Amino acid sequence: MSLRLVSSKPSVIGVLDLQGGVQEHLEHLEAIGIPYKRVKQASDFTDLAGLIIPGGESTCIARLLDIFEMKDPIINAHRNGMKIWGTCAGTILLAKEVTGENSCLGLLDIVVERNGFGSQLDSFVCDAFIPCVASEPIPLTFIRAPKIIAAKNDVNILLKLEDYIAAVENESILATIFHPELTGCLAWHRYFAVKCGLNPSMDDKQEFFNNEWKTSSWMKHSRIA
Amino acid sequence: MDKNRYELNVQLAQMLKGGVIMDVTNVEQAKIAEEAGAVSVMALERVPADIRKDGGVARMSDPSMIAAIKKAVSIPVMAKARIGHFVEAQILEALRIDYIDESEVLTPADEECHIDKTKFSIPFVCGARNLGEALRRVAEGAAMIRTKGEAGTGNVVEAVRHMRTMNREIRQLAQMPVEEVTGFCKSNGIPYELALKVKELGRLPVVNFAAGGIATPADAALMMQLGCDGVFVGSGIFKSADPAKRARAIVKATAFFNDPQKVLEASMDLGEAMPGLEISQIPPEQILAERGW
Repeated sequence: MSLRLVSSKPSVIGVLDLQGGVQEHLEHLEAIGIPYKRVKQASDFTDLAGLIIPGGESTCIARLLDIFEMKDPIINAHRNGMKIWGTCAGTILLAKEVTGENSCLGLLDIVVERNGFGSQLDSFVCDAFIPCVASEPIPLTFIRAPKIIAAKNDVNILLKLEDYIAAVENESILATIFHPELTGCLAWHRYFAVKCGLNPSMDDKQEFFNNEWKTSSWMKHSRIA
Repeated sequence: MDKNRYELNVQLAQMLKGGVIMDVTNVEQAKIAEEAGAVSVMALERVPADIRKDGGVARMSDPSMIAAIKKAVSIPVMAKARIGHFVEAQILEALRIDYIDESEVLTPADEECHIDKTKFSIPFVCGARNLGEALRRVAEGAAMIRTKGEAGTGNVVEAVRHMRTMNREIRQLAQMPVEEVTGFCKSNGIPYELALKVKELGRLPVVNFAAGGIATPADAALMMQLGCDGVFVGSGIFKSADPAKRARAIVKATAFFNDPQKVLEASMDLGEAMPGLEISQIPPEQILAERGW
């Protein structure tokens, strides 16, 4: 974590640490020089400029949010200015409507279909150009991803592919059905940090890609020896 | 298998981290597991405790039963193929489930060869008792590893042994001068390139779950504190007095493994756990962990 001057403005991005790809996001936040922390209980929300709800199994994370009464702290922090970014399962948890089941947080006016592509054999990678996020095409990783079927009212579409929407945002929430934390691309984490009012470090060489990143980079947050 | 496909398969396992994978034998159990917060279900005809009791040859489950479970839940579905039985694996791949467990719980089909998992697009998880066994499976294409605790016993002692052994060997490797690695690999049957990778990473190069004998929230939290990335619970849930409650409790304890207060809360009023089996009471030929190498 980099050193920051003490100020009253929230400067930390938290990663909801109940289940799923937590370390992968911590690794990216570290790479762009943003102070980060794991968020596991209501008292962890105090100084957050933003919260990332990571990929994982949305039914499991939803169940844990219920059991440990974490929904209200998230909704209240959001009301008080905390920005939120959901990746994959996170998108499902943020959606106002989930096809065939109840919504969880219901903060973002989108309709989502869980596991929209099929089985793991249908997981895939592709490249896409999203002008407001990066000036060149960036890699996207879809793992048993949901599909965003509709974006309503204040929600803007950032990326549409074939018959589904892959990334959306409104003023305070970003949602992506793919996993930017599973590639070396830092563009989405930078984009979210700026949305949170923070200043991610701008190393020219690292603007989009962390050249030191490997698929195993997250493991330094989970070493045994 | 191309590199992207293997990476995607390793990454699906990453998304299961901190979660519980539960054995289920029918649609009703699968729904209970999903509702309780399981990150995945393992579809099989008999849980290990029954396989142990019934004896005989245990094979891949009826694909129509697996298909029904796949249809009933939105979480990933895993199923078991016999060690070395690559045709059972081909069938499970054709069925388009999400993960195959090449499992010692079923009767091995081949005592010399495990499945060449690099030939498949579907991911595999394999059991291991130590670092060498884990890395041999990774070399064969496994995208995820689990301990090989004695399944169907409700006794966590073997899973603990396997995890402690792996951790000890990883620590040794991490601290070893590089010229000693070749000899370490020779005596432990470890592929050299993977040993160097483990030395650099300070852990296994893929996600490692605990499996075998986990019956209580405390067992799950124990395995997590020993460094596992998540847990499998086989017979422990649906052989207990109140499966839905126990399933939820184990999910809670796994997520908050480092918080004794929450593990305590999860451990309250669960009713009877599954009956346990002392490992020394099991005839040697019935020790499942000895299957495969």
